[in-house]
Amino acid sequence: MGKEIRLGKIVMYVVIISIVGVAGLIGARMLIAPSFSAVEGDYRYQWHRVANEQEWKDIKVKHQGNSYCKGCHSDQDARVAASEHAKVQCENCHGAAYSHPEDPKKLSVDKGRGLCLRCHAYLPYRPDTYTELPVQENRPQPISKLKMINPDTHNPDMGCVTCHDPHKTGFK
Amino acid sequence: MEHSRRDFLKAGLVTIAGLSVPLGAFKFLTPEAAAGIAKNIAVRWVFVVDATKCIGCGMCVKACQTENELPYSENLARTWVERYTVKKDGHVLVDSPKQARDGFIRNNPLGLDIPKADIAKGFFVPKLCNQCDQPPCVEVCPVGATYKTPDGVVLVDRKWCIGCAICISNCPYGARFLHPTLMVVEKCNFCYHRITKNLKTACVEACAFGARMIGNIKDFDDPVAKIIREERVAILKGDYNTKPQVFYIGLDQTVK
Repeated sequence: MGKEIRLGKIVMYVVIISIVGVAGLIGARMLIAPSFSAVEGDYRYQWHRVANEQEWKDIKVKHQGNSYCKGCHSDQDARVAASEHAKVQCENCHGAAYSHPEDPKKLSVDKGRGLCLRCHAYLPYRPDTYTELPVQENRPQPISKLKMINPDTHNPDMGCVTCHDPHKTGFK
Repeated sequence: MEHSRRDFLKAGLVTIAGLSVPLGAFKFLTPEAAAGIAKNIAVRWVFVVDATKCIGCGMCVKACQTENELPYSENLARTWVERYTVKKDGHVLVDSPKQARDGFIRNNPLGLDIPKADIAKGFFVPKLCNQCDQPPCVEVCPVGATYKTPDGVVLVDRKWCIGCAICISNCPYGARFLHPTLMVVEKCNFCYHRITKNLKTACVEACAFGARMIGNIKDFDDPVAKIIREERVAILKGDYNTKPQVFYIGLDQTVK
């Protein structure tokens, strides 16, 4: 026969342990739970996990812009800036720079007709007045005509780059 | 050493009191945040689309796919360009082949060969998420995974989204879609990772025709804010009362 244990004592221990346990769980949840808030007060549109804002800001930038390419490829940049393709981005045709030249080492271009036809294929409703050319010494007006061709009749068997230089525009 | 019941209870109460202080009480403001509060820098992003300048080259869509890691094969991008072909008999054909990822090279709206003589007018309308001020998508999220940031961009919390797609069906503009691999909701977020670093969005940078512009409406001198203030602009689906923040120049009555 073991020592007598009173029921009240057991109940008291159970109650204390459960209170401490629940408090511990709440405390742990407060420490490791994501924080939610509504900053401007309109909770209908604002309630969110705050850490997510920074997660979106931390995404890597892939396109670097013409100024990035200019750093090493200044001669090519100068030729393009003087041409009618001045506002076309390097990355439009060469793809995103990512962290070139570390990775990728080279940026390739798809020299097929499809890339040029995006802009230069004639469509009856394609606007032909281009207003974005930077004004320069030899180009006082920012306006020019977008040259369009019929892809079925204009040398359909050849690549555009056979005769045209996209960095210079016009004929090679 | 003897511990009485009283000592045990005292220790327990102290522990509980200590655990109830949330970790947030120990957070300190970063210098940037404090400076922002001091200078009252306000940013509220707005977008202007000049539909008269868009020629339908689809470079914006191509750049968006790369910048936002959407696979080329999936015919999905966060922005798209619609081609409207209005025929002389009044029919309007609207198409966006592969979301204009490869541009528009042929006069074949909806795959049909419409002769030029039958066309009254045609034009291109780039579209993207309007980052509404009263977004119907945010209102219906059952788990609070999507929200509007203080600078006006509607974001989706990929870790919290359960992929129920109620928001996708509730967006009147069709701007939301299910990410093909992550199975959470995806949409244009004005390239939030770029604009918060003082860069332009991928689509704005890719457009050589000046059809897309992004700016800060709270900055009086911002050229985009000036356009919205002084020129004639329109919004899409105004009757839905979503208060969209993308404004269009040259919007036609046939554009839905």
